[in-house]
This record gives sequence, structure tokens and C-alpha cells, in this order.
Amino acid sequence: MSLAAYLRRRLLLMIPIALGVTLVTFFMIHMIPGDPAITLLGIRATPQLVARLHHEWGLDRPLFEQYWLFLLRILRADFGQSLFYGSSATRVILGASGVTLWLIVYAGVLSILMAVPLAVLAATHRDGFADQVVRAIPLVGMGMPTPWVGIMLILLLGLTLHAFPVGGYGSGIFGHLYALFLPSLTLALGISPTLIRSLRASLLDSLESDYVMTARSKGIPERRVLLRHAVRNAIISSVTILGLEIAWLISGTIILEKVFALPGMGALMVDSIYRRDFPVVQGITFVVALLVIFTNLATDVVHSLLDPRVRLE
Amino acid sequence: MVQARTPAIAWRPEERVIGRGPRRRSPSLIAGSAILAILLAMAVFAPLLSRYGPIPQDTSHALLHPSRQHLLGTDQLGRDVWVRLLYGARIDLVIGFLAVLLPFVIGSTLGCLAGYFGGWTDTLTMRAVDVILAFPFFVLVIAIVFVLGPGTTSIFIALAVTDWVSYAWIVRAEILAAKRQEYVLAAQALGYSRKRIILRHLLPNVITQAIVYAMSDIVFAILAIVGLGYLGLGVPPPTPEWGSMIADGQQFITTNWQLATIPGIAVVVTGLALSLLGDGLADLLRPE
Amino acid sequence: MDETFLSVRDLHVEIPTRRGVVHPIDGVSFDLGEGETLGLVGESGCGKSMTLRAILGLLPRGARVTTGEILFRGRDLLSLSKSELRDVRGRSIGIIFQEPMTALNPVMPVGDQIAEGPVAHLGYPRQGGRERALDLMRQVGIPDPDRRFAAFPHELSGGMRQRVMIAIALSCEPDLILCDEPTTALDVTIQDQILKLLLQLQDSTGMGVIYVTHDLAVVAQMCRRVAVMYAAQIVETGPVESVFVEPTHPYTLGLLRAVPHFDKVKDVLDSIPGIPPELIDPPSGCRFRPRCRFAEEDCAAGAFPLIPLAGDHATACRHWTSCRDSVLADPVIAQNAIPSLDGLPSARRGE
Repeated sequence: MSLAAYLRRRLLLMIPIALGVTLVTFFMIHMIPGDPAITLLGIRATPQLVARLHHEWGLDRPLFEQYWLFLLRILRADFGQSLFYGSSATRVILGASGVTLWLIVYAGVLSILMAVPLAVLAATHRDGFADQVVRAIPLVGMGMPTPWVGIMLILLLGLTLHAFPVGGYGSGIFGHLYALFLPSLTLALGISPTLIRSLRASLLDSLESDYVMTARSKGIPERRVLLRHAVRNAIISSVTILGLEIAWLISGTIILEKVFALPGMGALMVDSIYRRDFPVVQGITFVVALLVIFTNLATDVVHSLLDPRVRLE
Repeated sequence: MVQARTPAIAWRPEERVIGRGPRRRSPSLIAGSAILAILLAMAVFAPLLSRYGPIPQDTSHALLHPSRQHLLGTDQLGRDVWVRLLYGARIDLVIGFLAVLLPFVIGSTLGCLAGYFGGWTDTLTMRAVDVILAFPFFVLVIAIVFVLGPGTTSIFIALAVTDWVSYAWIVRAEILAAKRQEYVLAAQALGYSRKRIILRHLLPNVITQAIVYAMSDIVFAILAIVGLGYLGLGVPPPTPEWGSMIADGQQFITTNWQLATIPGIAVVVTGLALSLLGDGLADLLRPE
Repeated sequence: MDETFLSVRDLHVEIPTRRGVVHPIDGVSFDLGEGETLGLVGESGCGKSMTLRAILGLLPRGARVTTGEILFRGRDLLSLSKSELRDVRGRSIGIIFQEPMTALNPVMPVGDQIAEGPVAHLGYPRQGGRERALDLMRQVGIPDPDRRFAAFPHELSGGMRQRVMIAIALSCEPDLILCDEPTTALDVTIQDQILKLLLQLQDSTGMGVIYVTHDLAVVAQMCRRVAVMYAAQIVETGPVESVFVEPTHPYTLGLLRAVPHFDKVKDVLDSIPGIPPELIDPPSGCRFRPRCRFAEEDCAAGAFPLIPLAGDHATACRHWTSCRDSVLADPVIAQNAIPSLDGLPSARRGE
């Protein structure tokens, strides 16, 4: 199957999931206790404003029609007017997405840079000291709260060593790389335990495999056996895990952007919750779900390109 | 970390980490339960272990450094950090445990039914799992807490909605594997009822993985509560809670670094205990 | 050359497990002359594959050689440094594994896998490695090598994959090839093609071969000498004609009697009663005793070294005469039934 045909098929298969996602985001407003407009507006609620929101969100129509209108709005990428900014919620969200995307990609790269060498070290010294240490990392790492890790890094690398800035976004590529180092490192520390675990496990599998034995039987340098045969196979089988981490990275940025005072989607979501800016919260919830779905698709495509056994079906 | 809720797909029980002794009662299991027992005892006997109340403020003794009077110092409102840490354990540990119970039951039941009956039951359940998994865990949690309003009940509901999918996934996969095994075929050949086959034959064999996963899941639940607390969306103040303690301490990071550090360490220790326990249980319950 | 080509002496391998120490190889000795072919037969788990892997230092994790020597042209392979061992692997000794699907790297083009050895050992540059690989692919009968060079293992048939494996083993023109059940995973017709290919290659290169299999017919076809392994030890060895026609160990006899014949349909196919012993706690004395119909009281204790008989034949059985008598009363194989004795290349018949 060609790539184009494969993508068409996958996009079709995504429709039911995307519909499910719209359904969940649609029902968010109906989970709000009482009259959503009054609850959200709080003391700002005036009869005119409430009536306007009722009309804008279609609350004055039957449920099915409301959902249909919601779907039509989403197809136009219209999440309504931000209650706080007064402008289009979509525009507000897009404005904040840059920082978040930067953080996600940066953290993803950092986590690979940390996880691969550690996993190789552990797997090649199975049950040795290095392995025991690396295997203990997830035990401690999985229980570290993101905001706490961020604060600890600020304390150690920012305030004590003055090595990195502890807030702000910087400008230009290198400015971003420098300014976003600590938050990205925080996120990377969060996902590396899982990555290390899975990489180590697949490396152990490939190191014990027949094809690595064949490679050794050829008398080629051990370094080549390791890199070209064992590690290559292990990484290919771990690509899927890497794709799954996108969801965790997004979860992490939600909290982390508050810790480092970064103007991203996470901070926007939290602030909008404080401000009861429902359209923005709803919009971000939907956008990140879409991001996850498309990343999973991209991961599958990358996996199929790396692994000749996977056919695009 | 909060966001690092391992999706069930990526999750597999790790081999025992410490030691290589005989199969049962691994060092992981003993160490994990010991640490957890101490933490639980500290939570239960918090009133006996504290000289002060966790809530009354005493601004004349604000931001004191650790001393004999205040083992870990005091916060910006003059409350003893050690005492708030103990009482915080009550909130974080108890809510963490309870919050996992509901998704465990819902997810295992649905996974069981989906795996055993297959067909549209399976399709429907797995589509729902796909939809929930499309949302980053913490995003959905805070979105739900937002629409329901802050409070413990909202946390329970938010975690139940987002978390059952992991159990459904694990149990379904185990059921599918177990269904083809001989003992189930034998039970079917003997003409046992479906209910009996599921409850008496399948469930005990497949629930092990779910229980082991629950141990790490409690960690994720606690991290979610801490995250919510940090953002001010969790258990409302002045109730002592580790996440809000971290948030409060962050403002005084340059003068009183221990304020933010210590509650975080408490979370890490709890996570360590539960991870060890999970590894130990995986080892103990692993079929021969 | 003065010294023996390959001499394995009193080899012991152990694997510690939770239930106790397993000895998958327990005092194995055999010799192999230059260009000679030896068949190593036995049931699965008897230690025959492990013996091959021990020669190249490719034992599984946890297994280690406790005592013994593996002398290859007078050099003990067990005492070599890692880099010296690498020079032997592939260059002097090649190996072919049983399951070509798992033995080939699934994500590397087969041509590159063949070229790796020559690039490492023979100093081929990358491009030259390609030429060498294409040559080898032609040599092992892979049609259209230019196109197959870039193929991945899963894109080839089982027979083609095994040809790739053979090309890898041959890639540096080694003096000895170890074959670990190379045809077991293949269809019967493919099996025949691969065997013919191996025979032909062996004829043209004159390399030595150790052929591990549980298939007696294959040994008869491929090998001049045979060693029969049972429960981690060699119980009988000798020229194929002699061992198969006049077995002197009850286990060998049992194996031969269990082979179905087309020409001599029996009412009941003989099989050896019982199962091979666990290697954690093998029976004392002769390990085959619990399954042996000739067993006597003195079989329960003592050591059972190989007893040399006439014509380079040796057996570990103290009561080998009972075995011989049984064969005299009811011959196992007619003299002319051994396929290697007629219609096959001459290399294995004479010297």
C-alpha cells in the first residue's frame, strides 16, 4: 500500500475517535452544575450576557442540535469568544501554542539523549552495578512530582549555579534553547524513566537474540554488533513508546509552564480555569487531544519507515 | 511525575530490582511494604506525633528555620511544616488509594466483559478507551475538575473517568490470552455457566496484572492530586496537602528552600514504596 | 600439519539456575581432522548445539566453560582474548544456525549482513564488500543477487534465507563450518536442496564440517564420522558405516530402531521408553540406564568413559556385546542402505 493510500485509510479510521473526542469536549459544558452561563460568569452575570452566551453556545436548543452546531463550529476551528480576552478563543490558543510545542520537542530530544546511553549502559552490564543503578532510576523517577522537579532544578542549576535562566522564553532559536533548557529538562526527566525501562527491556531482548549471536559469529567489532544490530533493533521497537509520551509531555507542560512562568498553552489553560474562561479551556482540551491523535499517526508512519517488516496496512 | 501515567500499552511489570534471591517475598516486597507501613502509621498517628495543629496560624513565628521547636521549620503563616507534612499524608495517601479503587473496579469489569464476550461489547469498550487515551491524562483531569468545581469529589470523578481505561486494557488483554488456555476450555467443555467461568476461573488468573498495575497507578493518582494542589485546583486550603505546600514554598525558595523541597521528598518516598511494592507483588503473584 | 585440526578435550559447561546447576555439556571429547565431516546427533537438549556454540565462545548468558580445552590448530580457543577470538570467528570458523528467520537481523538488508564479515576480516572497502557479497550470493545459488542484495530477511523464502545464512558463514572462506541443524526448520524439498548445496560447497572448498542434527538420515548423507550424544555426554563415536550398521551403544541402537523404513514396514515402530534425564541431577552411573533394556546391576555406578573398539569405533557401554548380539539377531540397516555410500560425491568415502 502506498503512503498516500495508507494515510487516507488511517485518517478514515480516526474519524470515530475524533467524533468521540468532540463528544467528550461537547459534554464538558453540560457537566457544569446549574446554568453554565451563570456559573461561569459568576458575579459578572447579567441577564443580557447570560442570554448572549445561551444563544452563542446553543444552550437554548435541543441537545442533538447543540451537538450538531458544536461540530460545525469545530470544523471551522471556532471555539467561540474568549470570555476573558473578548477575542476568538482559537486565536488566543494559537498564540500560546508556540512555547508549548517548543517544550515538547525539546524535552523529547533531551529525553532520548538521556535514555539511550543509560539503557545501553545498563543492558550491556546486565545485573552489574551500572544496571542496578539504572534500574533504580524509574523507582525514584516515577514518583517525582513535575512542579517539584522544576523547582529543584531552579534551585540547583538556576539560583545556586546560575547556569540557566529560571523563567522567560528567550528569543531566536538559541535564545529559546537556552531559556527553555530547565523546563525541558524537567519534562525530559519525567518521561525518561519509562523510556529507559522500555529501551533497556528491548535491548536485553535483542542482545539475547539469534541475530546478535549471528553478528558475533562473524567476528565483527563488538561496537558494531551493539550499534548496528542490537541498539538499532531496540530503538525501532521503542519508537511507539516515544510516540505515546507526547500525551505525557502535554500533561507535564500544563503544570510546568506555571512553575517557570512560560506563556504557553498549559499556563493559558490553568489561567483560563482561574478566570472561568470556558471557551478557551474547551478549545485547549480539544486541540491537545487532536495533537495526540496526529502524533500517534505520525509515530506509526515513522515506525513503518524504520522497520522494513511493518507494512503500511 | 503527574503526566507520566504510564499508559497500559506501554506498561509491563519490571523484573525485581533489588537482589536475586528466591522467588517469594523478594526484598522489594519487604522494603516497599515496610516504607509504606511507616508512612501509613505516620498518617494515622499524626495527632500523636505533633505538638501543634496543622491549621492554626501564628504569623509571629513565620518562616522559621528548622529547630528543636519546629523540626522542619515553619511556613509563611507560622504553621509547623513537620505537622503539616504528617496531616498532608492523610490527604494524599488516602485520596490516592481511594481514587484508584473506582477505576480499578470499573476498568477491570469492562475489560473482563469486553475480552470474554468480544463482538460489539469489545468494539464499543475499546473505542471508548481510544477516545479517553487521546486526551492527555492531566488535561482531562483538570478539565473535569474545572467543570465540576474544585473539591475531593471532583478529583474522584476526574480520576475515575480518565483512569479506568488502563485497567480495561490490561484485563482485556489478559482475558484474551487466558481464554485460549486449557483450563478455560475445560470449564467450557464441562458446561459451566459464563458467570461461573468468568468469576471463578478467569478473573482470579487475570486480576493479578491489574493489582500490580494498581500499585504504580496509586503513585500516578497521588501525583495528580499533588499537581492539582500545586495549581490550586485540588483540596482547598487551609487543609494541609503536599502539592499546595510545594506551591506555597516556591515563593520562599531563596530564603527557605526546605519549604518546597520537603513535601516533594515525601511524594518521592511514597512513590518509591509503592513502586517497590508493585515490583515485589509482580514477583510474588507471577504464575510459575 | 602435526597437531589435530580441531580437538575438543573433556569439555564441561555449567549454567547456574534457581533450581540448581545444570551441566549441558559434561565431559565431551572429540577430534576432527582437516577437511573432515563429523555428525553430532542426539535428542534435543542433549548438548549438541551447546557444544557448537562453546567452540565459538557463543554460549548463552549465564553459561560458562568450567574445564576442558578446545584446541583449534593447537591453539586453545578458550584462552583467547576477545580480539583474538574475533579473528577466529567468521574468519577461520563459520557457523550456520537452525532458524534463519531469527538468526538474520530483521532490519538490515541481507547483502549488508553478508558483506559485514569480509569488510571486517578481509579488508574489503565498503563497495568491495558489496561485490564480495554478490559473489557469495551467486555461489550459494541465490538467483538475481543484484536485486536480492537490498532485500530484508522477511522478504525471502525460508530456503533463500538459509542460503543467505550459508553465504554469511562462508563469507571469509573459513576452514571449518559448524552447522546447527541447518535444515530442520525447512520444508523437505528445500531441505534436500540445502543439503546438496552444503555437500557441493564442502567438496569445492575442502573445509571441515561439524554437523549437528537429530536426523540420522542427514548424518548418513553428510558425514564420514558420527558422535552420538546423550544427556550431555558422547556415548558412541566412529565412522558412519560402522556406527549405523553395528551400533555398540543401546542408545544408538534405540535411535536407529526408531527410524521408520519404507522398505521394511514393521507392525510396531520401536521407540526408546522414558524421557532423557534432567541435567540438574542426572542418574548415577550410566545415564541411559533407566531407559536401557540391556542394563545390568553394575551400570548403576562408576564412570563410563569411551571404550575404544576396532576400526576407530568407541562406545561408552560396558555391555556393548549385548548390543552387538541384538544387531546380529535383527540387523538395523542393510549394508547398502546408507545413502552416503552410493551416488554421492566421493569426498566422504575415501580420505
